[in-house]
Amino acid sequence: MVTTEPAGSFDISNLSVSYGSEAALTGVSFYIEPRRVTALIGPSGCGKSTLLRCFNRMNDALDNVKVEGLIALNGSDINAKSVDSVSLRMYVGQVFQRPNPFPLSIYDNVAFGPRTQGIRKREQLDELVIDSLKKAALYDEVKNSLKKHAFELSGGQQQRLCIARALATKPGVLLMDEPCSALDPISTGMIESTVEQLKESVTIVIVTHNMQQASRISDTTAFLLRESIDEPAQLIEVTDTTTMFTQPSDQRTENYITGRFG
Amino acid sequence: MTRTPTKTRPARSKEVVTFSSYCSKRARRIEAIVRSFTAICCVGVVVLVVFLLGYLFIRGVGSLSWSFIFDAPKDRMTAGGIWPAIVGTLWLIGLVSAFALPVGIATGIYLAEIAGQSRPVRMLRIAIANMAGVPSVVYGLFGYAAFSLALGFGKSLLAMGLTLSCVTLPVVITATEEALRQIPKEQRQAAMALGCTRARTLGKIVLPTALPGIITGAILGLSRAAAETAPILFTGVAFFAPVATNVTQPSMALPYHLYIMATQPTTPAPHIVWGTALVLTGMLSITNAGIATWRSYKRRKLQW
Ligand SMILES: Nc1ncnc2c1ncn2[C@@H]1O[C@H](COP(=O)(O)OP(=O)(O)O)[C@@H](O)[C@H]1O
Ligand SMILES: [Mg+2]
Repeated sequence: MVTTEPAGSFDISNLSVSYGSEAALTGVSFYIEPRRVTALIGPSGCGKSTLLRCFNRMNDALDNVKVEGLIALNGSDINAKSVDSVSLRMYVGQVFQRPNPFPLSIYDNVAFGPRTQGIRKREQLDELVIDSLKKAALYDEVKNSLKKHAFELSGGQQQRLCIARALATKPGVLLMDEPCSALDPISTGMIESTVEQLKESVTIVIVTHNMQQASRISDTTAFLLRESIDEPAQLIEVTDTTTMFTQPSDQRTENYITGRFG
Repeated sequence: MTRTPTKTRPARSKEVVTFSSYCSKRARRIEAIVRSFTAICCVGVVVLVVFLLGYLFIRGVGSLSWSFIFDAPKDRMTAGGIWPAIVGTLWLIGLVSAFALPVGIATGIYLAEIAGQSRPVRMLRIAIANMAGVPSVVYGLFGYAAFSLALGFGKSLLAMGLTLSCVTLPVVITATEEALRQIPKEQRQAAMALGCTRARTLGKIVLPTALPGIITGAILGLSRAAAETAPILFTGVAFFAPVATNVTQPSMALPYHLYIMATQPTTPAPHIVWGTALVLTGMLSITNAGIATWRSYKRRKLQW
């Protein structure tokens, strides 16, 4: 999965996901451009996390989940037998809803991915760690305490540490599942500006509950909706963010962004 | 209920509102009763432990000496020391560590990480939980039939060690499984999302984090094994035997020595009984206290 293209693009066609007999998501097709921030919005339970997990095949770890349709990363099918999920996940990193640093030092957290890749040389690891911490806008706060235990950091710092940890494998795509929902406004602001910087080199797909956040940081917005509990969710609309928030073409999108449901 | 406690509240609203000012008198009384009851129980337990250990210490400390620890019994068990029994108990701890810990920890890992929730696996879990409830004298009987007779190990340290391993296994399995289940699933997700295989996730994140819990379970299991009398009763414990030099020999052991000296001697020697009790309890308390300290130190570093 190592590609010449540093930032990744996804071409999703007719994607459906079901958990057991329950269909969660159906008929999703759209394109995720490289070096852009794509926001996934929609009410709770509409399958945003499910969709995000398709991009790095984190669904594989769940029992009885079935993914149908095609997801092409830089042109090649990520569900093909020849693709191994391990190297896929090095290239498609993920940041979760709640900060989940490992019970290790700050340094070891960030070096974890590179070490998994087999990098052992001290200088190379040092460089990757420092570089990733800088990209995640955490370096200045921790440069004198890289040996400190990660749990001693504040929640916002921990989340930036998780971003740094994901960046250390030099991914081309970063998936973020409501990365700010457990954070205070100041930390949220720092993460948003980090995202702004990162998109110069990495494609970002971010799930957010917060409409303002989507409009602040994303270039493209995709709106998912599950119209009733016995139907799977669908992709209602995907356009550039400004259009989405000023003149949505679908009535349901407008209802959602003006707060009529969800 | 005739009380209407809310009536006075608006008038008070400018005062500092404490938690208890919101509670009715009745609630406060219940709280006071619960508090004093739990406190009394707690004090009772502390008194009991202090009394037990203190009494043991006072009765036993007089017997302690180099020769009590390092000599064999003499004069038809009325004098001398308990060294063969100490060595026997150490042998048993070693054998149980060699058998029950690897098998128990591996089984716990399998159950928590690999087996899933299928029907046979759930039955296995129930079976293991039941194993923990089997009386230890029944293990003794089983061990005698299985290890001493069927496998031909006779009355030996090996037969005793295997029997005690059976007693310890469920403790170790359950503790391992519990310790692994305590690891938040977010930790596993994080490792998987970084491209770790399940094996690496287990080896690098899950097991190291669960280690304090696993070791605690292991030590608790070992101390239970070291303290048991019934499982070794039929499988090779000796009233008197020289210091054991290999596992095919029968051997003395501290808990049995205590029991037999307290109940059977023709010439009573209470100082040996109390001394033995103190040595056995001391060995176990020191290990347990050490483990508890180590664990709370580790815990502090592992606050999610
Ligand atoms: N591991 C799972 N097993 C079964 N059903 C799931 C699982 N994860 C999510 N679902 C179901 O899929 C639907 C979409 O969930 P999710 O993707 O978490 O939504 P969102 O992130 O938009 O809140 C929900 O109905 C949820 O119950
Ligand atoms: Mg979600």
